[in-house]
Amino acid sequence: MATTLDHSGPPKSSFSLGKLWTDKKSRGVIVQIVAMAIFCAILFYLASNVVENFQKLGKPFGFDFLQQESNYDINQTLIDYNSQSSHGRAAVVGVLNTLLVAFCGIILATILGFILGVLRLSPNWLVNKISYCYIEFIRNVPVLVHILLVHGVLVHSLPHPKQAINVADSFYLSNRGFYMPQPLFQPLFWLVVAAFVFGLIYAFWYKRRARIKQAATGEQSPVFWVMLASIIGLPILAYIVTGFPIEWQAPEQGKFNLKGGMAIKPEFMALWLALSLYTAAFIAEIVRAGIVAVNKGQSEAALALGLPRKRTMNLVVIPQALRVIIPPLTSQYLNITKNSSLAIAIGYMDIVATIGGISLNQTGREMECMIIVLSLYLFFSLTISMIMNWYNKRIALVER
Amino acid sequence: MDTVRKYAPGEHPDLKPPIGQTGWLLWLRKNFFSSTFNVVLTFATLYFLYLIIPPMVNWLFIDSVFVADSRVHCRELGSGACWGFIDKRLGQFTYGFYPVEERWRVNLTFLLFVLATLPVLWDKMPKRRSWLWLSLAFPFLAAWLLLGGFGLKEVSTDQFGGFMLTMVIGVTGIVFSLPLGILLALGRQSNLHFIRWLCTGFIEFFRGVPLITLLFVASTMLNYFLPPGTTFDLLLRVLLMVSLFSAAYLAEVVRGGLQAIPKGQHEAADAMGLKYWASMRLVVLPQALKISIPGIVNTFIGLFKDSTLVIIIGLLDPLGIGRASLSDAKWQGLSTEVYVFIALFFFVCCFSMSRYSIYLENKLHTGHRN
Repeated sequence: MATTLDHSGPPKSSFSLGKLWTDKKSRGVIVQIVAMAIFCAILFYLASNVVENFQKLGKPFGFDFLQQESNYDINQTLIDYNSQSSHGRAAVVGVLNTLLVAFCGIILATILGFILGVLRLSPNWLVNKISYCYIEFIRNVPVLVHILLVHGVLVHSLPHPKQAINVADSFYLSNRGFYMPQPLFQPLFWLVVAAFVFGLIYAFWYKRRARIKQAATGEQSPVFWVMLASIIGLPILAYIVTGFPIEWQAPEQGKFNLKGGMAIKPEFMALWLALSLYTAAFIAEIVRAGIVAVNKGQSEAALALGLPRKRTMNLVVIPQALRVIIPPLTSQYLNITKNSSLAIAIGYMDIVATIGGISLNQTGREMECMIIVLSLYLFFSLTISMIMNWYNKRIALVER
Repeated sequence: MDTVRKYAPGEHPDLKPPIGQTGWLLWLRKNFFSSTFNVVLTFATLYFLYLIIPPMVNWLFIDSVFVADSRVHCRELGSGACWGFIDKRLGQFTYGFYPVEERWRVNLTFLLFVLATLPVLWDKMPKRRSWLWLSLAFPFLAAWLLLGGFGLKEVSTDQFGGFMLTMVIGVTGIVFSLPLGILLALGRQSNLHFIRWLCTGFIEFFRGVPLITLLFVASTMLNYFLPPGTTFDLLLRVLLMVSLFSAAYLAEVVRGGLQAIPKGQHEAADAMGLKYWASMRLVVLPQALKISIPGIVNTFIGLFKDSTLVIIIGLLDPLGIGRASLSDAKWQGLSTEVYVFIALFFFVCCFSMSRYSIYLENKLHTGHRN
């Protein structure tokens, strides 16, 4: 760049190597080429080390071990699995267990978090301070300590199966888990499912039509009641008409353990409760911040326009608060999914414990197992953040 | 009946406000009994507290045993918590398996740590400038004191443990991840496509996987990437992973701060003739970092809490020491006491960090925020 005025005509453009560095554009290109070269060199170095190490140890690389027999048991599975199943199937069981605990955790944490967040804003001093103490205490203790603490309390303080806490001879709570009746579906049950699906479709169609009608004529329809009737009432009606097609198989108290029924193992309970309680504290703060962020003038303006309190909340405050709440909420959901990997500390068999733990130790295929685990988590994370980004875009208000 | 006194306009003495409109009575009424619902809520909460607090206090303090030889002994002395266990193992909880006769080195390092952080945190400290030299030298001093060599007896890192290990991981992670995080954030904002692509990939990868899988990679797989025959200290591998992991999170926090800086600031710096690094160092980063302080401290708190995960690959932080010693036949079944104790330690550390961040936020709030 010329800094002094030059009256002797246009500057002569002469090429020199030094200019390549002073010019912003060419310097950028040089920096990028150098960076790329260094990056490739590092990659090549690491890859050659890996190849050399594998050759030295005489190890093959490949995913064929997934078909081998796994030789280990998993205490809680969503699909059929036994010790003769393959490592690949064990990995699938692990993935399903991770998804199960993440899904249940997200639901419970969201509910608890919203309740806590609203309590934190309560005008009642006592309620306000209690939720403050709870949030601060939970947030400042590592989630692993929570998991171990809850697990310890469940295992040590609940009674043995013989003295299990018994509710109506069908629900049992003991240190071996929470047992409840298992539904056995009779052939006609599909009608109930069909009724539910139909009810759901009808309800949303009705809602849409009601909105169009209101926009056109101003007439309001009883949307809430019709939706309730078609989503919940219709399946119940179908259930009664088809003659109660679910049989409940209650658990029984055996000599050493409870038999039959559905069981939630203490490991799952501990992980689920600890993750939900921990994340709920973070969600509560997010919810509080979101509600506080909505300007007071907004609800005052809505009230001045004559909207009742409930509709002010639904139509004015909540949509604006959600806009602030959703992005950080997404990262909390991601955190639950990632923190569920701590399951390995208490023996809940998620992906890290199955394929990344026992399978890895049995087959000695560290590289392949860790590649599977890492890419699965990356896949979950990217999927959740994609869905939430899509939702976020949908609810974002158009700013002027 | 008294006669009504008449006052000239403006002569009437001030009346006291009605009872219940001032002081603690008003406070009570406003906060506890402002509506029927509020009254119900107050009493329900009080009942809830009555159910929770007395048994907890009993268990923690009144019925608990502070000095005992074994669990059976504890049970004979009281029905509450058995703190005797913690009392007996306090040395291990603090120093891990660091040789007993060398523990003074850990204490000295901790003292130096306090002296080195003071000038960083407290900007009105007398002679702050000269103290900052200590802060700069601290990492090297600490490494020398803890590891030994040069006249001190060498201590291998697998003897590190307890709260000391937590501090080592936490402090090292913080020291290394902050500069790396800032560089990554700048790289992600860069105009150079390849650099931006590289930094984004790095950040997304480390944020997308749980720390525990990275620690597994560190403990099982990292050796494959090194020339055959190299051995590489486990603690060092863990420190590397923890630093990279929190650097990725810090990068996102700092990026948030960078994005909040108006474009005019960059342009003004360019117009002054500042080069890229100078404009970042003198104009953009001071403002961006100031905005991102709460997020940075939150990441540090997260890092400190995440240091507990190292137990899963076999390092003995307090949680690991606690779990290992629970298998001692004399003390079986005391898990609740151990975890509550450790939870308290983390609570004190993390809560004070978050308080400091709030203090800093208020101090730096110079009125330019909307």
